[in-house]
Amino acid sequence: MNDQLLSVILTIITASTPLLLAAIGELVVERSGVLNLGVEGMMAVGAVSGFGAALLTGNTYVGVLAALVAGALLSLLFGFLTLTMVSNQVATGLALTLLGLGTAGLMGESFVGQPGVHLERLHVPGLSDIPFIGPILFGQDLMVYLSFAIVAGVSYLLFRSKAGLIIRAVGDSHQSAHALGYSVVGVRYLCVMFGGACSGLAGGYLSLAYTPQWVENMTAGRGWIALALVVFSSWLPWRIVVGAYLFGTITVMGFSLQAYGIGIPSQLLSALPYLVTILVLVLISRNRALIRANTPACLGQPFVPDR
Amino acid sequence: MRLVLEKRAEASGRMAILSPIVAILLTLVTGGIIFALRGLNPFSALYVFFVEPLTTSWSIEQLIVKAAPLAMIGAGLAVSYMANVWNIGAEGQLTAGAILGSAIPVFFPDFQSPLTLVLMLSLGVIGGMAWAAIPAFLKNRFGTNEILTSLMLVYVIQLVLDWLVRGPWRDPKGYNFPKTIAFTDWQLLPQFQLIPPSIGPIYVNLGAIFAVVAVLALAFMMGRTLKGYELRVQGIAPRAGRFSGFSREKTVWFCFLLSGGLAGLAGICEVMSTVGQLQPGISPGYGFTAIIVAFLGRLNPIGALVAAFALAISYLGGESAQVALGISDKTARVFQGILLFYILACDSLILYRLKFIGRTPKLAEVKA
Repeated sequence: MNDQLLSVILTIITASTPLLLAAIGELVVERSGVLNLGVEGMMAVGAVSGFGAALLTGNTYVGVLAALVAGALLSLLFGFLTLTMVSNQVATGLALTLLGLGTAGLMGESFVGQPGVHLERLHVPGLSDIPFIGPILFGQDLMVYLSFAIVAGVSYLLFRSKAGLIIRAVGDSHQSAHALGYSVVGVRYLCVMFGGACSGLAGGYLSLAYTPQWVENMTAGRGWIALALVVFSSWLPWRIVVGAYLFGTITVMGFSLQAYGIGIPSQLLSALPYLVTILVLVLISRNRALIRANTPACLGQPFVPDR
Repeated sequence: MRLVLEKRAEASGRMAILSPIVAILLTLVTGGIIFALRGLNPFSALYVFFVEPLTTSWSIEQLIVKAAPLAMIGAGLAVSYMANVWNIGAEGQLTAGAILGSAIPVFFPDFQSPLTLVLMLSLGVIGGMAWAAIPAFLKNRFGTNEILTSLMLVYVIQLVLDWLVRGPWRDPKGYNFPKTIAFTDWQLLPQFQLIPPSIGPIYVNLGAIFAVVAVLALAFMMGRTLKGYELRVQGIAPRAGRFSGFSREKTVWFCFLLSGGLAGLAGICEVMSTVGQLQPGISPGYGFTAIIVAFLGRLNPIGALVAAFALAISYLGGESAQVALGISDKTARVFQGILLFYILACDSLILYRLKFIGRTPKLAEVKA
């Protein structure tokens, strides 16, 4: 029984980490006033790049790095369009998703069916061997710890540092930030690239740890769920952890129920995360005061300085 | 040196016409570079991809088959996006329409009369509308983001379809394939001869005619009626729209039901013609490609019709390039994504002009 519970908890952590990574990145992007709907596309390219690099070099950490770089590069394309060319952010985000999914499919053709390389779990002598608690706290792979470190870092950066004050100023009133002499476009470029790097990492985690192989459309809407998580968190970093682990748990519950083979159609269980996303969005959106208080005021608005 | 945008005094009419053409040309150049990098002759590859689909009467028929759903959905989305209503779940509404319309042949396989056709098409529209009504309701009632809900519902309805054709709706004599029974006679769309056989017979099905009618009707609505004016005001100047008393809630309902209904119609037309039965994968992503169609057509219904042909060529070209050159049919999707990027970039040039500015001289240098 304990073993079973342990393996369920470990699976939940693996299922939640990609959501956590993608959502925390997008949170920073949105805090700076930019809405990047291309998370799904960046994740897909991150997944295929990470898998490819790990397969070719035999080193999973090279894969992780490749996923990060691929996501950041793709987000740079989004940044150029929305920030330099002031294109519509919603449309450009959709374009990024379509392009990302297409490119990932094309890049990944030769990887389909290749055996995967698995991101190894850490092993701290002594600590990892503690029954039950050991594997959960001290036996995860590096990315799990990294995801929490990023959340802590983002939380500190946004609310305890001057840089965070500037990011939030740019997101809440780009005209004022510009008048104070901050480079609105520059700050937004950095945030967009951070978001891209996180999305890439999230994708890489899918193809290196969650299901260590490449399958087309393996992101399966997780990028969109991450976007919903940012709304769920009302743009507060630590709430992303709650949201991501809630969704991870629901996904894993779906799989476990399928394994028990009770009379529910497997498709209904697979649809659970999407249905819960809608439900959660409804519950959060009902509280309009909360949404209004925390939504970055300039979210999605183009910025062209008056000269 | 830096690249900056400078607002034009007024929108450039010349760029408004040029922008989609420039975007297509840039996509072709990029495509040529991609082909060259893969060691192919870029000119012959581009010929196979974009020109060959126009050379035989069979391929023109196929072009119309693919352009019809794209134009139908794209025109509806163009109207929505124009009014600032972001329905991106057309693929799901297409699936919902296909499912509901297919209920007739599944439950009443022997019901054969012209009424069958009418009933199936109507149910297709209703199915699409019903599925689109969910994000519209949630948006109006709770302020839920329609982009996320409409997209989530795509995954949900595709799983419903999967469940139906593997479970209760599976053809009992179908050797366990996930398919319903094959549709026959009045459960399929009739075909018309468009051009007499002396020139080269070209047949089109009823779906193509629906597409043209829908596009013309929407173009009339947007250009010549108060409703169209209302939608455009709300898109271009939301504040002015509020002051003039246009109801935002009604607009959300209108746009979702319209674009959802058209997507549903496209879905049922697909299963009543090309596919001929219900099965997983009834559409090669028409609902998503139609987003590109709407933007390439500059959010104008007539423009969407033209754009639908451009995108249909990329689908066909993808298929012929796979056969002739051995390159993946996924190349088409990459081209479609690149095209949308170029369109959006070029569209900025309607309102802004590009300007390179040199290094700003330091104050000390100016004084000296």
